[in-house]
Amino acid sequence: MSDNTAIKLVNISKSFGSVKANYKINLEVRKGEILSLLGENGSGKTTLMNMISGIYFPDEGSIYVDGQEVCIRSPRDAFDLGIGMIHQHFKLVDVLTAAQNIVLGLKGKAVLDEKSIENKIADLCAKYGFELEPHKKIYDMSVSEKQTVEIVKMLYRGANILILDEPTAVLTPQEADRLFEVLRNMRNDGKAIIIITHKLNEVLSVSDRVSILRKGENVGTIDTANATEMTLTEMMVGKKVELDIARPEPKGDIKRVEVKNLTCLNKYGYKALDDVSFDVWGGEILGIAGVAGSGQKELLEAIAGLQPVQEGSIVYFDPEKDNQPSQLVGKTPREIKELGVHLSFVPEDRLGMGLVGSMGMSDNMMLRSYRQGKSAFTDRRSPKALAEDIKERLEVVTPGISTPVRKLSGGNVQKVLVGREIAAAPTVLMTAYAVRGLDINTSYTIYHLLNEQKEKGVAVVFVGEDLDVLLGLADRILVLCDGQVTGIVDARNTTKEAIGLMMTKQNNEITEKGGEAEHE
Amino acid sequence: MDYIISAITTIFSTSFVTMAITKGISLLYGALGEMMTEKAGNMNLGIPGIMYMGAVGGIFGAYMYENNWSSSFSPFLAILVALAFCLLFSMLGGLIYSFLTITLKANQNVTGLALTTFGTGFANFLGGSLAKLSGNDGLAVVVRKTGKAFKTTLPFYEPMANSNSGFLKTVGEVLFSYGFLTYVCIALAIGLAFVFNRTRWGLNLRAVGENPGAADAAGVNVNAYKYIATMAGSAVAGIGGMYFVMERISGVWQNNALGDTGWLAVALVIFALWRPGRAIWGSLLFGGLCVLGTCMNVPDQTKEIVRMLPYIMTVLVLVVTSLRKRREDQPPQSLGLSYFREER
Repeated sequence: MSDNTAIKLVNISKSFGSVKANYKINLEVRKGEILSLLGENGSGKTTLMNMISGIYFPDEGSIYVDGQEVCIRSPRDAFDLGIGMIHQHFKLVDVLTAAQNIVLGLKGKAVLDEKSIENKIADLCAKYGFELEPHKKIYDMSVSEKQTVEIVKMLYRGANILILDEPTAVLTPQEADRLFEVLRNMRNDGKAIIIITHKLNEVLSVSDRVSILRKGENVGTIDTANATEMTLTEMMVGKKVELDIARPEPKGDIKRVEVKNLTCLNKYGYKALDDVSFDVWGGEILGIAGVAGSGQKELLEAIAGLQPVQEGSIVYFDPEKDNQPSQLVGKTPREIKELGVHLSFVPEDRLGMGLVGSMGMSDNMMLRSYRQGKSAFTDRRSPKALAEDIKERLEVVTPGISTPVRKLSGGNVQKVLVGREIAAAPTVLMTAYAVRGLDINTSYTIYHLLNEQKEKGVAVVFVGEDLDVLLGLADRILVLCDGQVTGIVDARNTTKEAIGLMMTKQNNEITEKGGEAEHE
Repeated sequence: MDYIISAITTIFSTSFVTMAITKGISLLYGALGEMMTEKAGNMNLGIPGIMYMGAVGGIFGAYMYENNWSSSFSPFLAILVALAFCLLFSMLGGLIYSFLTITLKANQNVTGLALTTFGTGFANFLGGSLAKLSGNDGLAVVVRKTGKAFKTTLPFYEPMANSNSGFLKTVGEVLFSYGFLTYVCIALAIGLAFVFNRTRWGLNLRAVGENPGAADAAGVNVNAYKYIATMAGSAVAGIGGMYFVMERISGVWQNNALGDTGWLAVALVIFALWRPGRAIWGSLLFGGLCVLGTCMNVPDQTKEIVRMLPYIMTVLVLVVTSLRKRREDQPPQSLGLSYFREER
């Protein structure tokens, strides 16, 4: 092993239940280099880094820091080895100042010597080109300032190996450029830096080498100088896998929803959706692809009335009123739901949206129906029948319909969630990550359900993570990148690489392409 | 109108001021204890019960000492024994709370309320039993000697009280007529303000109460801080209970002796916006409002109205601070929440 190696991972594996998040990964980071860790969502990037920073413990394999085999059991151990990780969600205390956050948890004199702490921070800032006000409270700071505090915090602790988890996801392009400048300064100072990203332009512009993970395995490490967007995309998405999902021909000829020039802001005030236009037809499955956080959630929520719309229109063609157009923007989520537009969103924790964990299946069915009827008492009988029906048809494995749903396994929870929305006989069914974390068989049950709906003439919007599934299931695929539509393609005549490229496209290329599309 | 005049004349009497201060100091002990636990993110509603346990602990220790070594009574030893039992009992209460909420992650409010019920019952049971044993018709436990020892004043109070100058007499009465625990409490409040704001320990503690995830990631041992702060806070609150029975009612225990002192202490924490410095003058204000009714020559119904005032003040402070929305005036952000590392 050369002296130049800062950290080396040998045959690291980690499983969560039956899911192999990482499998026999080998990775080496040298001093004075920036390594990009590239991969699709769920390819195991963050899991791998969490093992280096002491949050998870690997099932097998070994980690070497400076040539010594080490055992990292906690974030504390990682600090002691000079490993610092900057998480996507900052770990900062809001009411404390930047300086207080930086020295938090460190050993030293009981009484804080603010002068010398500030001097040390100022030295670090000058050395690497940070801009930081040590007295500013965290709650007064912008996202980029908070990130700076996190990085300085790690450097203050003497970190030599820095891991940044999608550092630019919440930054403006200018802020990202400044961050890269700082990262280059740190690299030149001999630090080893790993950035997790799925933005190809960042990989090409800032890193020295790039390692690509796919489905938990390291598929290769190449010098950035020899890489192009094309080769990286190919390595990232891999060969197309035939999934053999049934795909009936769409028979839709009725436009169901028309979205025009939709713009929404996210909670930081940046554009989460930027001038998005598309149609959804009855009897088709419209797949939506994009790296995480490209605006998928905001798009569905805007249609469901949960997300304030900045600009643009969403027109719904109501089949009960002879396909008369009606504007959805400005309607309450309840009104939209009553029109037949249903959303089943499966968040990462599955129970976060739509189901109440401590209630049973039939009570969860009631969440959708308790407002109906004129009696002062709720109708308990029909939700119960519905729950029994869903349990039967979708083969939900549960001791009984009154067992709290949080006790069900993830797949069964998802069946309940999707089943309930389908049972309401929607005309538009939107699902996000409906098969997240499900095993193959359960996933197929869900695909089958969606196809059933499609054949009934329902307009299905399917936000997915796995490109193979999107290619096998959807009729058309809409690709989002940074809140913009980078393409709407026929799923039958496209390739994984083409979609992969669209998912990671740069802003300037998009505007050019967008301009062309308008001319056509 | 008569009431207002009566209130004003009462406020300017030295007996009112001394009563207000002793009541206020017992509140301040409770509030400081609660503040320490709340800074670590633990909403300990068991503080009223813990104050009862501390109070009866002190009485128990003093009773045992007075009745077993009465031949050679040493004030110093009496104080030591009473203090030791007070700390033992109150920290036992703190340990129950800590174990349930920190280790077993039980709901803090439920645990706290249960502990208050338990602590009050425990104190009344033990105090009542002692009262039966001591023979005073089973109504009270009297440890006058220890009470007197706790009320030993600073050496220069005697000459002041005996001087001919009315001014010196008044100053002595208002400022120096109390036992050492009174001054310890003020010092503790100032000390805590320093610890919270200027030391590493305080910084880590506040981080634990604000955002335990961040503290954990920064290498702070969250559970250790929660345990230590809760136990130490319980000890301080327990001393407050003992202070009440030793200093304020001179070493006499009757069941339910503390009344609603514990709840007032919890209210005082909110009133002081989690700042020990503010709690000092807040405690004097609360103490004053509490004894005002008792000292005034007014019918009982009116006294009850006056007794409401501290709570009304607390509500007003809450209203004003929620309108102003300053982040520094808010309770610790993760107050009342258990910390699970897995929920990162």
